[in-house]
Amino acid sequence: MRRAYFKDNRIAYLLVAPQLLIIFVFFYWPTGEALFWAFTLEQPWGGGNEWVGLDNLNAVLSDGRYWNAVVVSVIFALASTALAMGMALILAIFADRQLRGYKFYRIGMIWPYAIAAPAVGLAFRFVFNPDAGIMSYLNTISADVWNPTLNGTHALIMIVVAGAWKQVAYNFIFFLAGLQSIPKSITEAGAMDGASVLRRVRDLQLPLLAPTFFFLLVINITDSFTDSFGIVDVMTQGGPARATDLLVYKIYTDGFKGLDYSGAAAQSIILMSLVILLTVFQFRYIERRVHYTG
Amino acid sequence: MAQIGIRGVRKSYGKTQVVHGVDVDIVDGEFVVILGPSGCGKSTLLRMIAGLEEITAGEISIDGEVVNELEPRERGCAMVFQNYALYPHMTVAQNIGYSLKVAGVPRATRDQRVLETARTIGLVDFLDRKPGQLSGGQRQRVAMGRAMIREPRVFLFDEPLSNLDAKLRVQMRLEIRRLHQRLRATSVFVTHDQVEAMTLADRLIVMNEGHIDQIGTPSEVYGLPASRYVGGFIGSPPMNFLDVTVGGDGGHVVVGDGQHLSIDPAIGAGLVGQTVEVGIRPEHVTVGHRAGGSTLTAAFDFMEDLGAGRLFHGRLGGADFIVHSPEHRPPAFGEEIPLHIPRDAVHLFDPQTGKRVAAQPVVQAAAA
Amino acid sequence: MIERTPILNVATHVIMFSGLLLLLVPVWFAFVASTHTMQAVNAIPPEFLPGDQFFTNIEAAWTRADFATKFVNSMIVAVGVVVGKVAIAAITAFSIVFFNYRLRQLAFWMVFITLMLPLEVRIVPTFAVAANALSPFQVLMNLFGITALVEAVSGVRVELNWNLLNSYTGLILPLVATATGTFLYRQFFLTIPDELVEAAKMDGAGPIRFLRDTLIPLSKTNMAALATIMFVFAWNQYLWPLLVITDTANFGVVVVELGRLIPDMTTTGGGIPEWHTAMAATLIVMVPPLLVVVLMQRWFVRGLINTDK
Repeated sequence: MRRAYFKDNRIAYLLVAPQLLIIFVFFYWPTGEALFWAFTLEQPWGGGNEWVGLDNLNAVLSDGRYWNAVVVSVIFALASTALAMGMALILAIFADRQLRGYKFYRIGMIWPYAIAAPAVGLAFRFVFNPDAGIMSYLNTISADVWNPTLNGTHALIMIVVAGAWKQVAYNFIFFLAGLQSIPKSITEAGAMDGASVLRRVRDLQLPLLAPTFFFLLVINITDSFTDSFGIVDVMTQGGPARATDLLVYKIYTDGFKGLDYSGAAAQSIILMSLVILLTVFQFRYIERRVHYTG
Repeated sequence: MAQIGIRGVRKSYGKTQVVHGVDVDIVDGEFVVILGPSGCGKSTLLRMIAGLEEITAGEISIDGEVVNELEPRERGCAMVFQNYALYPHMTVAQNIGYSLKVAGVPRATRDQRVLETARTIGLVDFLDRKPGQLSGGQRQRVAMGRAMIREPRVFLFDEPLSNLDAKLRVQMRLEIRRLHQRLRATSVFVTHDQVEAMTLADRLIVMNEGHIDQIGTPSEVYGLPASRYVGGFIGSPPMNFLDVTVGGDGGHVVVGDGQHLSIDPAIGAGLVGQTVEVGIRPEHVTVGHRAGGSTLTAAFDFMEDLGAGRLFHGRLGGADFIVHSPEHRPPAFGEEIPLHIPRDAVHLFDPQTGKRVAAQPVVQAAAA
Repeated sequence: MIERTPILNVATHVIMFSGLLLLLVPVWFAFVASTHTMQAVNAIPPEFLPGDQFFTNIEAAWTRADFATKFVNSMIVAVGVVVGKVAIAAITAFSIVFFNYRLRQLAFWMVFITLMLPLEVRIVPTFAVAANALSPFQVLMNLFGITALVEAVSGVRVELNWNLLNSYTGLILPLVATATGTFLYRQFFLTIPDELVEAAKMDGAGPIRFLRDTLIPLSKTNMAALATIMFVFAWNQYLWPLLVITDTANFGVVVVELGRLIPDMTTTGGGIPEWHTAMAATLIVMVPPLLVVVLMQRWFVRGLINTDK
């Protein structure tokens, strides 16, 4: 480790203070508040609060609408992650062959990362609109063959596609970086051993990509629990009939629309625990760098 | 077992040409070492034989069959890479057996042959390990085993020892030599290390800037360097070079400070009055007066004691001059010491082309 | 490419091109919609090719959503967050790496753990804090009796109040803390050899001078990488500005404005949805981060990978 330090620790405290103050006020205090609210019952905007123990959590966990949100969130997480990672993996493997036009393809896969979730949501809302745009074609066959404003499954498909679309670029970048960190000589050794291009993908590249794969799996699932707010708010606002009511969206509606601070806080605590669990799992068990000292 | 024919082979990347027309014939069972500094095109040439690089122009054939258009897997070559290039996620056994698996060899046969190979390379106890759990030398052996198991027509080695420490390098060098004695497979070995090259090679190919400067046995290349470049590259400490003028009768050259150095008149005769460059190996010079050849005086400054011998550093005719001698006494600073230089220790090179100036033809013999 | 694989190469191009098209679909239709009149957009069958109303619609969207103000606001917020994050990441990491005090490990972990506390899951209490950013200190002072003490001594009741709602500070400050940025800088600083610190000391440079004259110039590539991803992050913020800003006329940002342009029954009052302007607005909002990603692709990719998000 380092042996040369500067001596004047007052400067050190001064430099570290701003960030610590900010995270205290905007991260740790609110987290503490959420914990406090989760175990007390409080009037919104002041008033007394009373210790209720696990009542709030129990109320949340015995609420059918909460379990609906859990189911919807899990479906959304798995479906959008599978779609985004699958597509990104295929594209990255072929992009990694670095044929003519490689740079063009690469930027063509990366740009969607720049688009804000609400913009993605709005664009897809138009694409999937039952009354105008391409999907409205289907409805000319018969009324409401496709109608995400009425049909919950359609709405869920719609947000899954939009959510996945937004994640493809991120996954693509990481898969491509993972592929490119595999030494060229390993691929060449495979070729000398008689393996064809596709055989090498199966026997060499995919196994060596496993760490990247698991890293992305956790990141995608975590993101789908938190980052999906913009898409849902713009596209479906949780509807129709709560078919797209993700956990994160329910916290927002219960807290700000329903002004149920304690209920929202209890849900926050649960979601927070889930995110912490996934993150810890990722740091603890997933080796993020493969060592190619083969 | 195979012979390799390389005819007018060139390689360009865009407009940059890195291999400028190479012609070599490699005989069946021969161990050929391509020697040269980094960037001389030696690895590119090897990779063209392997099929990992496209051949821009010319022709490579193995056993008379032109392989330019063949894929690496169709050429019957096996390669040992510089960084071993083992598959990090596979065990030693899987690494060694991968080519057989790809070729669809049944499991039982495959296991049998993996075991045999592991026995040859002494890794039977390590078959279930992953490459990450092996030492450098063991990884090197796995890489060799992976090449051997296919019983290839040609072994290609791309600087395989350069990642090992000095001691292990010597040991692996001997193992490679021993293996070749037993298998007698045609082998092409690329290195920038002259000791490695000299000790392993049946024949050496010395490359420089995309050209072959010389092909020959280690003794030929050492004894009769075909160019100033080869003379300077092979031998340690390197050859001394002096700019001289060929004197009156062609039987001597005049060094910068006016001293005369005898040369073979058969060579000098046609060059009278011209400027040439002479090369003299430090180990071919003796301190003191002797009969035959010529005796010149050089000023010496200091001595390096190598234990087995000593290097005297001085100047002769305005150029740095090193003598490798068993002499013990260190020189006083600037001391003038007489040196005996035999006639056949003097190599003449054309200062423009760098080629050897010789009455006697440079031997480009086939291997022993 | 080792082998010649003509068939596979064609397949590769086909797959890559299809992927490209698939990713382009939503943006293409947004673009097509933004080039037609309202009637054409809502017609069935729909248009697949652009029309000639592009500039009309862009102009309409621009004025209708009052983008003139909101674009500037978005830019202020994005630049503010980028500068804040880069600066705070650099000084925090500098303090943690180049000084040896007891709490530095704790400080690092405090920052690092915020990775696990995304805004969305702590949104309700964070919003409450934004109404008075000093409330945590007030609560602590009350709790430890300091307020009472001060009141007893001076007769003044301390009321700390700093409302961040409807202000640039409120939009920027809570987003400035950065675990990933701090981590990136820490990793970089750890690669700085001890000898460089020692040489600076021998030359008589103090810590601030060392930071300014040596570390900051050396970390330019890191800075560029961090800045690009953070710009995209900040520009695309939605939930936080949605809550903190109620005075949208003065402090609204473009991304939130998109949410208000949703052409459904509530906005059109039962009329025909105005997809043409909504899509034009969508395109406008996409442009700045898109430019950053495309033009600074190298930095952007490097930043993303080095921070692992």
